[in-house]
Amino acid sequence: MEVGQMQRQWVDYTKSLVFEGFLDGQFLQLQQLQDENNPDFVVEVVSLFFEDSERLLNDLTFALDQNGGVDFKKVDAHVHQLKGSSSSIGAQRVKNCCVAFRNFCEEQNTDACLRCLQQVKQEYCLAKNKLETLFRLEQQIMAAGGSIPMIELSF
Amino acid sequence: MYLINGKGSMSNSGADGVSDQFPAGLRVLVVDDDPTCLMILEKMLRTCLYQVTKCNRAEIALMLLRENKNGFDIVLSDVHMPDMDGFKLLEHIGLEMDLPVIMMSADDSKNVVMKGVTHGACDYLIKPVRIDSLKNIWQHVVRKKKNEWRDTEQSGSAEEGDRQLRASDDADYSSSANEGRQRNSKKRRDEDEDADERGDTSALKKPRVVWSVELHQQFVAAVDQIGIDKAVPKKILELMNVAGLTRENVASHLQKYRLYLRRLSGVSQHQNNSFLSQQDATFGSISSINDLQTLAAAGQLPAQSLATLQASGLGRSTAKAGVHMPLMDQRDLFSFENARLRFGEGQQQHLNSSKSINLLHGMRTNMEPKQLANLHQSTQSIANLNIRVNASTTQSNPLLTQMTQSQPKGQMLNENICLAPRLSTSFGQPNRSGICNGPLGRNGIVTNNVASAQNSSMLSFPMNQTPEMSISSFPLGSTPGISSITTKGSFQEEVTSGIKEDGGFVPSYDIFNELHHHKSHDWEITSPGLTYVASHPANPLQDNINVSPSFLVQQGFYPTQQTGLNRDPPLMSKALFSLGEGLEQGILQNADQHLNRVVHNSVRVKVERFPDESSQSNLSPEHYGQEDLLSALLKQVCPFFLPKDPILYTLYSLSIIINQICSVFLAARRR
Repeated sequence: MEVGQMQRQWVDYTKSLVFEGFLDGQFLQLQQLQDENNPDFVVEVVSLFFEDSERLLNDLTFALDQNGGVDFKKVDAHVHQLKGSSSSIGAQRVKNCCVAFRNFCEEQNTDACLRCLQQVKQEYCLAKNKLETLFRLEQQIMAAGGSIPMIELSF
Repeated sequence: MYLINGKGSMSNSGADGVSDQFPAGLRVLVVDDDPTCLMILEKMLRTCLYQVTKCNRAEIALMLLRENKNGFDIVLSDVHMPDMDGFKLLEHIGLEMDLPVIMMSADDSKNVVMKGVTHGACDYLIKPVRIDSLKNIWQHVVRKKKNEWRDTEQSGSAEEGDRQLRASDDADYSSSANEGRQRNSKKRRDEDEDADERGDTSALKKPRVVWSVELHQQFVAAVDQIGIDKAVPKKILELMNVAGLTRENVASHLQKYRLYLRRLSGVSQHQNNSFLSQQDATFGSISSINDLQTLAAAGQLPAQSLATLQASGLGRSTAKAGVHMPLMDQRDLFSFENARLRFGEGQQQHLNSSKSINLLHGMRTNMEPKQLANLHQSTQSIANLNIRVNASTTQSNPLLTQMTQSQPKGQMLNENICLAPRLSTSFGQPNRSGICNGPLGRNGIVTNNVASAQNSSMLSFPMNQTPEMSISSFPLGSTPGISSITTKGSFQEEVTSGIKEDGGFVPSYDIFNELHHHKSHDWEITSPGLTYVASHPANPLQDNINVSPSFLVQQGFYPTQQTGLNRDPPLMSKALFSLGEGLEQGILQNADQHLNRVVHNSVRVKVERFPDESSQSNLSPEHYGQEDLLSALLKQVCPFFLPKDPILYTLYSLSIIINQICSVFLAARRR
């Protein structure tokens, strides 16, 4: 596959992710921050996000698994952080799940929280897969000597 | 935990960090426990050409700040952090280093944002933070430095004044007066030198006393004890008994405090704004729980939030010992007597009342004194009632309450009536060009030409509208707001009964009276709106007059349209009602306009005539007999002919009125 084709593919894929709500404008902003000085900025940030989120999801699972009584304050704190980081990188669907999650935390509804946790995990996995695909495509483009195109949010 | 020193030094920033390529090189400390956010923020700030230091623990941040007292210009901090609450960090920074702090959070709930405000954050960003928001954070640095500069200048001037007069026993009192003088001159110099100062402010930082919460509270307690009027720095210092606090510190702080109190008591809006920019930012560093803090924060916030903060600040200030109470009472007196209308917007009150007074003066030149005097009395109750009515009905409408608060003269009346919620749907702002478009538009009445004719003419709009209101309460086709009125059967009855009193103008207020049961403050307020009538150019009316007779003739043949009208003694309202009904049956909208114009114009004139014709000097709604005035008018014109048939009576009276209009204007023209 030649570079131009790959680039178009990359653009289309990114746009589709935005259309489907996996990513939002924040992600595109991050891409614009990337420049020659930091060519891997987006990848670095997203990797950081993956690490952080997995840690948070583990903490959440642990916190909600307490038979002795769930510490909703703690759960809420974790969810809040996940919400913050997912919104910072533009993982929109993850963020939306977190919003719903927080509401249930306020209500102290353990079952609903567990359901939300499942949902968040699912969304997170989806987002992770999509982003990894995107990065693979980017690597291919770079390897073929091309550059990552800029995307304007015009829709 | 990690800590990286920013490498993005693009500018030739020296030790002070505020360089020629300002705002580039601004030294930012960003604190966030989320590594993703931290990295993104750092990248964004670097892109803005700032010098970034990041850390993920609040304690480390504090340590960094303490080590390099002048090492940073601004701090960005997350709200939710595991080791220390972001607000606590904010307080520490405010007290110890007095740097501007911006809070960030994914939490956008109002109470959290409010907390940030009350704790003295100069801004609050919602995550995800966009780079555009970060581009402007330098303004907070500049603002703060500017205020600090002014503050140190003031302390300096206090010192000079003090040294001169230390000898005498009255030194304190006179020196504070001296300080005041010096401060004013200093202020002028400051404003001139601001541009130069900004570049050098950081290099010229003098060691200054930070007025912490406790310190300020001690100060206030001491002032309260002495009494605000008798408070002098020396006594305050003695009472406070704080080591290391100099008389000059107390003196400058006292000045600021006095200005703050003066502002609370409702000094003009303009002064308020200047206070905010100058004084409140410095006040901001004082405390987090003091009401001054709210005002300080308000200095950074848009002006409209000032009202709420002032209210809260005022609320708190009243809780303090007697010092503030007299000021509050003064404000009460100043403001509209009906206390429940007060919404703590003292600044607007004065602005409005002063404006309205000017308008009234303008009006006078057009009127003959006698007429004006008569009108004054008659219009007072009218205006007042209307305003009260509007106020009571529109308390939820901030614009209205703002209007209704002040001593409503001139403009106020205009705007009040224009903004009457019953009629206006989308009417927002008082249109000073003289056209209340909302209700007018709806009724299809084009009196714009009238209004635009003169500046003074706009004041009559309220008058126009009120009769329209009463008239339009009749089913008049397409006007939407009216249906809400007409659905209230009682209202309609009131309208008719109201109108019957004196032909339409005053009764509209009677309607409100009946609806709202208020009969106080009858005579305090002038309505120059009525004065308009005399000065009104005759042309538009002549148009109406040309149209109306034929139209009236047309309307004369719709008696069958009356439904449910009780056959009371002939009342203009009945005729109008029937006319209205007739209109509803499909007369042209145009005809509507003309009729309404006729009616309201006639009504307007009617009011003007009252002072001339009625023997009463006090026109009070309660005194109006049911048909006194109208029949008085008719009898005056032709005592022998008084049709009994309601329709004919109405038509007859209308024609009389129109006749009167013509004569009045002709007479006015002749003069």
